[in-house]
Amino acid sequence: MAQPEDLLFSKEHEWVKLDGDSATIGITDYAQNALGDIVYVELPKAGSSIKQFSSVGVIESVKAVSNLFTPLSGEIVEVNAALENDPAAVNREPYGAGWLLKIRVSDPSEAQALLPPAEYEKIAAD
Amino acid sequence: MKRTALYDEHVRAGARMVPFADFEMPVQYAGILKEHDAVRHRAGLFDLSHMGQFRLTGDIVASWADTLTINAVGTMKPLQARYNLFCNESGGTHDDTIFYRLERDWLLVVNASNADKMWKHLNAHLPEAGVALENRHGRYALIAIQGPRSVEMLQPHVDVDLASMRYYFCAQGRVDGVPALIARTGYTGEDGFELFVEGQDAAVLWSALLRDHRGEGLEPCGLGARDVLRLEAGMPLYGHELTETITPVQAGLNWALKLNKPEFIGRDALARQLERDDYPRVAGLVMEGRAPAREGYAVSLDGRVVGQICSGSIAPSVGNKNVATALLERNAATLGTAVAVQIRGTLHDAKVVPLPFYKRAQ
Repeated sequence: MAQPEDLLFSKEHEWVKLDGDSATIGITDYAQNALGDIVYVELPKAGSSIKQFSSVGVIESVKAVSNLFTPLSGEIVEVNAALENDPAAVNREPYGAGWLLKIRVSDPSEAQALLPPAEYEKIAAD
Repeated sequence: MKRTALYDEHVRAGARMVPFADFEMPVQYAGILKEHDAVRHRAGLFDLSHMGQFRLTGDIVASWADTLTINAVGTMKPLQARYNLFCNESGGTHDDTIFYRLERDWLLVVNASNADKMWKHLNAHLPEAGVALENRHGRYALIAIQGPRSVEMLQPHVDVDLASMRYYFCAQGRVDGVPALIARTGYTGEDGFELFVEGQDAAVLWSALLRDHRGEGLEPCGLGARDVLRLEAGMPLYGHELTETITPVQAGLNWALKLNKPEFIGRDALARQLERDDYPRVAGLVMEGRAPAREGYAVSLDGRVVGQICSGSIAPSVGNKNVATALLERNAATLGTAVAVQIRGTLHDAKVVPLPFYKRAQ
């Protein structure tokens, strides 16, 4: 699957959609495919502060527990509560209904450490 | 790393390959949950060629094997299969296996991860005469078809009547013309068959079964689905519910322990353990919430750690709840006990329930 053009990516296979100082975060199609059937997502509470590239939650597939890293620092505005009952949405629509976090970005310059779609494509193609 | 005779088939089908007991094995094809669903409702095809296969021949195979195992070998009828366990002197489990009594000889199937250990164990206890061993590990293939539609899918390919074959019995026959041992055995909690064939015949058979029955819902399945299926069905997996320190009695396999047999390795220790009844034992847990319990997580009761998780998974056949097995102190293992599983520093409620979690409709 080609990566959506309006997103930035981390090497840890998260995507970010920036809209002013707010950002929506999820995992990539490559990541959901590599994880397999996702059965549980554990996300931080709204209001908490998170630091770029730190572990902020857990995504569990049938076989494995994986850490979720945030591609940007900021304050959690909202987590995707629908995933509690439907974690498989991350598999079905990783760039849509399967989004994970919305944050208020604390340092927009951090985005320079992220990858544009074409460069992420190279990592995901490995 | 070793490969089974079906390696190329797996790779061509896009399976995800992982190292398992020295073999590169498919952990999944289309996805663990989809494969699980196929086995519970239609049928799934498994490559189990990594499992150890030993051929036992000689006049005293049965009486000799009865000195090394806890279940009875000598009472097996021709063409019968039987689950059996080898223990150490302390009663801990060396391996859990299946014996097949054939017309002239015996087949012993051992866990892949224990194949070398078991080969040494058998040879170390070999009598001077009357038993000969042949190691077929890696040379013979094992293909399992498991699921409620196994009979109808496999029947057109074989020259024996499958419907009349009893569960845990077998027959020598042909599958698509290829000589095979056809056994009504498996480890998924469903009806099904296991086909033992020469490695060179495996790929043709595998592709023929898939080609003819994919349209009816036959799915190639990996080790991931197999693990969920066997856990739901309450079947132990060596290294989890059974180890060199976890005895068959602790794993709830008392039905397989025949104390009326003459002397066998581990007998005294197991008899004492059964008598005292004070041992930690494997119990079933159902999580109240959505967080999965995983191997090694601590289980507590009233704030005190009383055991740990052996295996855990989401269980599609148990209402999509998270289930687990745990080795628990005797009192904590009582049915209905409310315990807590420690997951990343937080306690999650769980309840002790009977095993198996899932039983197929007969």
